[in-house]
Amino acid sequence: MTALTRGSARPNQWLRNLNAKIASIPMILTALVIFLGGTIWTVVYSFTNSKLLPRLSFVGLDQYERLWAAPRWIVSIQNLAVYGFFSLIFSLVIGFVLAALMDQKIRFENTFRTIMLYPFALSFIVTGLVWQWLLNPQFGVQSIMRSLGWTSFSFDPLYDADIVIYGILIAALWQGTGLVMCLMLAGLRGIDEDIWKAARVDGIPMWKTYVLIIIPMMRGVFITTLVIIASGIVKVYDLVVAQTSGGPGIASEVPAKYVYDYMFLAQNLGQGFAASTMMLITVAIIIVPWAYLEFGGGRKRG
Amino acid sequence: MKLRSLASALAATVALPLGVAQATDLEVTHWWTSGGEAAAVAELAKAFDATGNKWVDGAIAGSGGTARPIMISRITGGDPMGATQFNHGRQAQELVEAGLMRDLTDVATRENWKEIVKPASLLDSCTIEGKIYCAPVNIHSWQWLWLSNAAFKQAGVPVPKNWDEFVAAAPALEKAGIVPLALGGQPWQSSGAFDVLIVAVAGKDVFEKVFAQKDEEVAAGPEIAKVFKAADDARRMAKGSNVQDWNQATNLVITGKAGGQIMGDWAQGEFQVAGQKAGVDYTCLPGLGLNEVLATGGDAFYFPLLEDEEKSKAQEALASTLLKPETQVAFNLKKGSLPVRGDVDLATANDCMRKGLDILAKGSVIQWTDQLLSPDSQKQKEDLFSEFFANPSMTPEDAQKRFADIIAAAD
Repeated sequence: MTALTRGSARPNQWLRNLNAKIASIPMILTALVIFLGGTIWTVVYSFTNSKLLPRLSFVGLDQYERLWAAPRWIVSIQNLAVYGFFSLIFSLVIGFVLAALMDQKIRFENTFRTIMLYPFALSFIVTGLVWQWLLNPQFGVQSIMRSLGWTSFSFDPLYDADIVIYGILIAALWQGTGLVMCLMLAGLRGIDEDIWKAARVDGIPMWKTYVLIIIPMMRGVFITTLVIIASGIVKVYDLVVAQTSGGPGIASEVPAKYVYDYMFLAQNLGQGFAASTMMLITVAIIIVPWAYLEFGGGRKRG
Repeated sequence: MKLRSLASALAATVALPLGVAQATDLEVTHWWTSGGEAAAVAELAKAFDATGNKWVDGAIAGSGGTARPIMISRITGGDPMGATQFNHGRQAQELVEAGLMRDLTDVATRENWKEIVKPASLLDSCTIEGKIYCAPVNIHSWQWLWLSNAAFKQAGVPVPKNWDEFVAAAPALEKAGIVPLALGGQPWQSSGAFDVLIVAVAGKDVFEKVFAQKDEEVAAGPEIAKVFKAADDARRMAKGSNVQDWNQATNLVITGKAGGQIMGDWAQGEFQVAGQKAGVDYTCLPGLGLNEVLATGGDAFYFPLLEDEEKSKAQEALASTLLKPETQVAFNLKKGSLPVRGDVDLATANDCMRKGLDILAKGSVIQWTDQLLSPDSQKQKEDLFSEFFANPSMTPEDAQKRFADIIAAAD
C-alpha cells in the first residue's frame, strides 16, 4: 500500500538509480536462475524415481514415505535438533559473554580477539580431525588424564552412541564462538557511551544494564548472528564426516549426509532430493515467520 | 622452489605428447590404496606402459564409497577419465544405459573373452543388452575368515577350524585381552560380513532365494533368523575394535591384537606385505569353514566413451592388456585375488589362494550382492548393519524385520 502511493507520487521511480539497477541485473538473474530455478528443479524431481540420472517418471509421494520410514533419517533429524538447539544457545551465550568481557577495556584486547577468532580460520574438516584426535581415548584427553595419574578417568564421546552428538557439538562450538564473539563485540562497540554513563548515574548494576538495555539495543546484531548460526547448523556435514563419519553405527548421522549418501553412494537421486526438500522446508519454517516479522510488520516499529 | 618444480612438471606433461607421438596418456581411476593393493596396481601400470602408452594413476583414497561418487560425477559431468575401476555388476549399469560408457564388444570378440574368462558369470555381469562394457580383472570373494595363529596361541586355545569353534573360543581370547573379532566401522564392512554369514550359516540356496529372487518370506523366516543369531555373536565379539578402515582391522589380526576378521580375500595382500606366511602365521577359512562356497564378485575396468581417437585406441590397448595371462598372474599374486581366466598358471600361489582356486575349479560359486542388488538396496542394507553392529540394544528380531523390508522393496 505504502509502496503504491509512493510510486504514484514519483512517476519516474523505476528510472531512479538506473546504473545501480543495471549493475544488479546479473546478480538478480543468478539468484532467479540458479537459486530459485535449482530449488524448483530439485523439488520437482523429488517426486520422481530418478536413480543415478534424473528422469521424469513421477511416483507421487513414494520417496517421502520411504524417507520418513527410514530409521537413519529419523536419527538424523533428532541429531540435528539436539545439535541445533544447543549450538544456538551455547554459541550465543558464550559468544556474548566473551564479547562483554572483552569490552571491559582490557589490555591486549587485540591478542585475545585473535586467539578467540583463530579457530574460525580453520575449515570444518580440519576442526573435525583435530577433535577426532583430541577425543580419541587412545591418545586424546582421556589418555592424558590417565597418564597424569587419574586412571579411572573416562571421556570418549565419539565412541559412545548416546553422547556422540555432543562430541561433535564441542568441536562446532570451539570453531564457531569466536565469530559470534566478534559480531557481538562489534555490536557492543556500536552502543553509545552516553547510555552507559546514564545507567551508571542512575545506579543500575552492570549486569542489569546489559540484560535490560544493551541486549535489546543490539537486536540487529543478534538477528544477523542468529541467521549465520542457523544456516551453519542446517548444513552441518563436513564436521561429522571428519569426526565420526556418522558412527558409531548411525548414531551421529545428519540430514545433509543422508542427502549426499543417497544421491551419490546409493545412486538414488529421488531419495536424496526428497531429503533435501525436507531440509528446505525446515529452513523455510524457521525463516519465513521471522522474515515476515522482520520485513513485513517491521515497518511500523521502525 | 616447490612452485617452480611444479611448473616445470606441468610444462613437461604438456611437452611430452609433442615429443613422443606414440605414447598416449590414459588416466585410470581406482580406489586401490592400501599397501597390497598399491603394489598390485603398480603391476598393471607396468604392463600398460610396456605397450607404449602411459598409465596416469588416479588413485582415490578412502575406499569405494568415497571414490565411486567422484568417478560417477566426473563421467556424468563431462570430464571422463580414460578408464575406471568399478565392482562389476550394477554399479555402472545406469552409466551404460545412458550411453556414457564405451562398448568393448569388438575387443572382446577379437580376443575371445567368452572362451577365456572363467567363470562365465563374470563376463555376464559386464554384459548389458548383449554388449560387453567392462574388462574384469580379478575375482574377489568375501567368504573368508582370517585368523591370527599367534593370538590363539596366546589365549591357549587351538586355532578354530570353523565359525562355530571360533565363537566358542571367543571367551578365552577375551580373557587374554584380545578382541575376538576385528571389524572396521565403515558401513560396507558390517553389511558384507553379514552377507558372508548368510552363505556360511544358511547356505547357498537361502542366499540365492534372498538376494537373487528377493524372496521376503525367506528373509523373514527361520533360516535367516539363525543368521541373525550368528550376527549377534559377531557383534558381541567385535566389541572393542575401534578402527575404521578394513586394513586397520586386518592389521589388528596381523599383530595378534585381534583373533580374526571376516573379510574378503583382498586382506591377503596385507598379510603378504607384512611378510606373514599362510598356514604358519595366519589361517584362512573359506566360507568360514562351514560352507565352502565362494562368491565371484570382483573388480573390472569400465571405459568412458571418449572423443579423442588416440585415447580410444589406448583404451583398447589397456583392455586387452588387463586380460593378458602375464598381467593376470602378476596382478593377482600381489592383490591376493584370483585370476579371471582359468588357463593361467599360478605356480607361486600360496596356501590360501590354492584353496580358493580349488573351490573355483569345483564350481561352488555364487554371484555376489554387488551383482544382485542395486546400489540403493545395498546402501539401505549398510545403514541397517552399521546400526546393528554398533548398537547392542537393537535385537536380532527387530533387525531381521527391517532386513525383510529392505529385501521386499529391493529391485
